[in-house]
Amino acid sequence: MFVIKRLLFVLLVVWSASTITFFIPRISDINPIRERFAELARLGGFSAGELEKIVESYSKAFGLDKPLMQQYFDYIGGVMTLDFGVSLNKFPKTVLMLIAESLPWTIGLILVTTILSFVIGNLVGALAAWPLSPKWVRGVSTSFILFQGVPPVLLAILLIFFVAFKLNILPIAGAYSIGTVPDFTFEFLLDVARHQILPGIALIFGSLGTWVLSMRGMGITIQGEDYVIFAEHKGLSSYTIFKDYYLRNALLPQVTALALALGNVITSAIVVETIFGLPGLGFVLITAIRSNDFLVIYGIVLFITIAVAVLMALVELLYPLLDPRVRQGQE
Amino acid sequence: MEHLLDITGLTVSYYTDIGRAIALNQVDLRLKQGEKLGLVGESGSGKSTMGLAMMRMIKPPGKVEGGSVVIGGVDMLQLSDKEMLKRRLSTISYIPQGAMNSLNPVLKIKRQMIDAYRAHYPDHKLDQIMDLAHEAMRSVELPEHVLEMHPHELSGGMKQRVCIAIGILLRPQIIIADEPTSALDVVTQRQVIETLNRVQQKIGSALILIGHDMGLMAQSMDKVAVMYAGEIVEINDVQTVFTSPKHPYTQALISSLPRLQNRGEFRGIPGMAPSLYRLPSGCRFHPRCNQQQPQCQTTSPRKSVFEDEKYVTCHLYEAT
Repeated sequence: MFVIKRLLFVLLVVWSASTITFFIPRISDINPIRERFAELARLGGFSAGELEKIVESYSKAFGLDKPLMQQYFDYIGGVMTLDFGVSLNKFPKTVLMLIAESLPWTIGLILVTTILSFVIGNLVGALAAWPLSPKWVRGVSTSFILFQGVPPVLLAILLIFFVAFKLNILPIAGAYSIGTVPDFTFEFLLDVARHQILPGIALIFGSLGTWVLSMRGMGITIQGEDYVIFAEHKGLSSYTIFKDYYLRNALLPQVTALALALGNVITSAIVVETIFGLPGLGFVLITAIRSNDFLVIYGIVLFITIAVAVLMALVELLYPLLDPRVRQGQE
Repeated sequence: MEHLLDITGLTVSYYTDIGRAIALNQVDLRLKQGEKLGLVGESGSGKSTMGLAMMRMIKPPGKVEGGSVVIGGVDMLQLSDKEMLKRRLSTISYIPQGAMNSLNPVLKIKRQMIDAYRAHYPDHKLDQIMDLAHEAMRSVELPEHVLEMHPHELSGGMKQRVCIAIGILLRPQIIIADEPTSALDVVTQRQVIETLNRVQQKIGSALILIGHDMGLMAQSMDKVAVMYAGEIVEINDVQTVFTSPKHPYTQALISSLPRLQNRGEFRGIPGMAPSLYRLPSGCRFHPRCNQQQPQCQTTSPRKSVFEDEKYVTCHLYEAT
């Protein structure tokens, strides 16, 4: 029942997001096709009369001459089958093809950095608050909070300048070295991994501070809870208390925070990708924005919305497994 | 008879920004096996600190500054941290004040019992542990399926019983129950106290019940120790404490209890309990005492010991 409710909610989110992305460009007077060809016309080539003809024929091709409601239903139908239309700029390619090409890069980066940052950040935060941690552990882990003030973007630029440019240890940008052929050989994968280190570090450390800070706060609250004190009265080892009585409970709100942070994670990944010139979703999006490729922009925005909604639903479905109190009334 | 518990000169202070608060000052207490003692006193008189000091659970800024807590010939305060870990729950167990929140919300009751057991006997088989868990549940009169439940599915009284069941799991020699009934209604209170009494009798341990409910003490304890500002001012039989209390504070405390005869008229004790940072000179109770002597302001009274480890700390009873 709970699962069905959640999935219906995801559908609702997707529907509202697609409706909004449908209407916003149509509210404005700007006709993306005219804009595109007007730009070409300015560069020289054809006259104004020809321009109108071209716009008309393109509008027909994209179905923009149909009544608004008809367009809307076509669009929603398209979204349901993951058909976001075609790229204006790279014409025969569909938006879905562009997403499919770039997605693996983004997913790989986001998945690894989010998991690492969540695990490391929460562990460090828990240690920072745990009264039995050695003094130096508490000192070092608390200082991780400083990263909270450093956005991944800034970190990315600093890393490029110092590590890649000054020290020249790691590649400055790109997904793999120029001249190599994408292939599933060990050398190529190693090359890809080397290119992912700096963007990975930028993303991990960019979100680490928040986890450390919030976990430390949570930990300070939890260690004063009666059940932690009773666990000490029971004579449990400090390892058991740390793991099952302290960390386990302090993590619960952090999982909720993870669901809320997903949107942020994806946005910063997009920016960092662009800075490092990785051919991921962010790169495609920036290219589309620069070339006024409206359908690609809206397609990617919509796709990200769907992805965040689905991921949030997944985290929420995971939550009852962690907290039995949430399970009640859902079984 | 050899005493099971022998506390001598136990002193605990808390160091805070405004100075040193002496929470326990030179406290002596002896208990025999199977004896039941009620520890009463106002808030801040050192009841809970005493329980925690016996468990060696005083945490900074608190500090045990002297004395000994000898149980069965071993001084708890001299043990290594690791040895003390083994003694908790198996030699001396503590049933906490806030039973409502004393159980881990994400673990089943069963798991919390197994944890407690495994901490002391890591190589015992699971069946063996479960047998003991079932037995503990029976002795607190809870159905066995409670073991499979999570804390949020239990009522307050049930949670308190679970805490008692965990507290007696390893048959400790001494049980300290710190206001185990404070969050419960009177009917449940009585049931919980009866349960506590029954399991105490069954496993033959000594029981220290911390609280300020004099009625509860009168019903089920053998002895009562009255604390005031970090000291035990009087230890006596329940009977004596209620009918002919010795220490002026105990007298004032007993006469302030509402009775059927003097309906509508309550008599409190004038004044306030002193701050632990600025204790009065001499006897700590003298500013509020109605039987004040000249020496009370200057010298601390000594213990006047009666038979059976009962005593009163007051100048009125000092043998001159």
